[in-house]
Amino acid sequence: MIETINEKKVITTPVTDEDIRSLKAGDVFYLTGDVLTGRDEVHKKTLREAGGFPADLRGGVIYHAGPIVREKEDGSFEMVSIGPTTSMRMEDFEPDFIKKTGVKIIVGKGGMGDKTAEACKELCVIHCAAPAGCAVIGAASVKEISGVYWPELGMPEAVWHLKVREFGPLIVTIDSEGCNYYKEKKREYTARRVEMLSESETK
Amino acid sequence: MSSNQKIVNAVAEYLDHISKVLPDDVVKALTRLRAEEKNKAALSVYDTMFRNMELAEELGKPLCQDTGIVQFKVVCGQDHPAIGEIGESLKEAVIKATKEAPLRPNCIETFDEINTGDNTGTGAPTIWWDIEPGRSDLEIYVYLAGGGCSLPGIAKVFMPGQGYEVIAPFAAERVTEMGLNACPPLFVGVGIGNSIETAAMNSKLALMRDIDSSNDNPNVAALEKELEEKLNYIGIGPQGLGGSSSVMGVNIVNTVRHPATLAVAVSFGCWCHRRGVISFDKDLNYSSKTHTKFAK
Repeated sequence: MIETINEKKVITTPVTDEDIRSLKAGDVFYLTGDVLTGRDEVHKKTLREAGGFPADLRGGVIYHAGPIVREKEDGSFEMVSIGPTTSMRMEDFEPDFIKKTGVKIIVGKGGMGDKTAEACKELCVIHCAAPAGCAVIGAASVKEISGVYWPELGMPEAVWHLKVREFGPLIVTIDSEGCNYYKEKKREYTARRVEMLSESETK
Repeated sequence: MSSNQKIVNAVAEYLDHISKVLPDDVVKALTRLRAEEKNKAALSVYDTMFRNMELAEELGKPLCQDTGIVQFKVVCGQDHPAIGEIGESLKEAVIKATKEAPLRPNCIETFDEINTGDNTGTGAPTIWWDIEPGRSDLEIYVYLAGGGCSLPGIAKVFMPGQGYEVIAPFAAERVTEMGLNACPPLFVGVGIGNSIETAAMNSKLALMRDIDSSNDNPNVAALEKELEEKLNYIGIGPQGLGGSSSVMGVNIVNTVRHPATLAVAVSFGCWCHRRGVISFDKDLNYSSKTHTKFAK
């Protein structure tokens, strides 16, 4: 479901294909609802093991993140700091991860590559970037940690089940048509780099 | 209190502080870049970054969830009374800060693939030593080496005939290929030396220097300035989304080369560059010149 709250575009989970199609590369939005964290080891383990991802991700959100979590005396968890990790490290695993889990939104840092962009187009999925290095703001949007899966992977690599409210701003970097915002940007930067270097050669 | 316990407490307190408050030179550089920024989206990213800095200090929480692997460069006067206890004290300080700050446990024992849980392990925390004759003070450079900005680090040995002209394209390619994910605006440390590890070490030492500082050699200082301008021209902006700059600064640390080699390394620091220096006198009174808010 998408609604506008205080001029913010807010999407509530579970996410539908219609929600996904309405978001275009470069758009900014916020998320409310369920988010599950998973990075390097989680992707590998999900693909390797028959049981796959330990929670239902259909219509859901995977967040490339490894938080700092403090366990309280009563056994519940407190979110101390959370922000995105480099999504590109998951590039080789992401298409199969999407197919196996039915995830609809991937949140991380920076962009992803052609393999993920193609999978996004084929399966109506988006990737978006969360503000990096802004982990206190990130933690403030986490209202509750409702559980943890695969804790044996260690704090940064475990799957944390988060309840979030207006988590963002998130920038769509790959949309469901396969448009890749960071790839375009990278092309721009490379062109300026080449220009800058050829100028200094002619000096 | 034993001298060991004094160092443990002071360094643990300092690790806690630098995970939550950026050093003065980094805040100054970010303030300058924000004032010079013309891109509207980039300005809103800077707003988020500054808001995060305020909240981290106010709530006493680490600025970034990746509190890195702790790296120390110890510059110890030969006559410092605690010289024999420093190594063990630093390790204990890391364990204490990991619990109390808290820091994220980031040490994975290689091949065993097990997170040690307390930020120590084989070779961790990293400790590099300099013993200074004729001195009785102790300076400890502390750096929280995050994964995002450690990832683009690169080193290569060139042939001297290729000249110092190799440095700009080598660094610039890394910025456009890998820099977007390393949390720009970046702090760029360039190391020059005779072999791969001297260049790499120099590039890390370059990140320990103040952003506003210049190399003592005027030719190298001019190259620092030139590289900064060139990289800023690429304009990857904060978060790599585009903007008026790419870097907070470029520092070069250089040592001799062999007639047959020119080793070049580039290390990167993220915008959230968490490093500082804590200085002790022989009685273990301490202060930090990089973090004026650090209380005794």
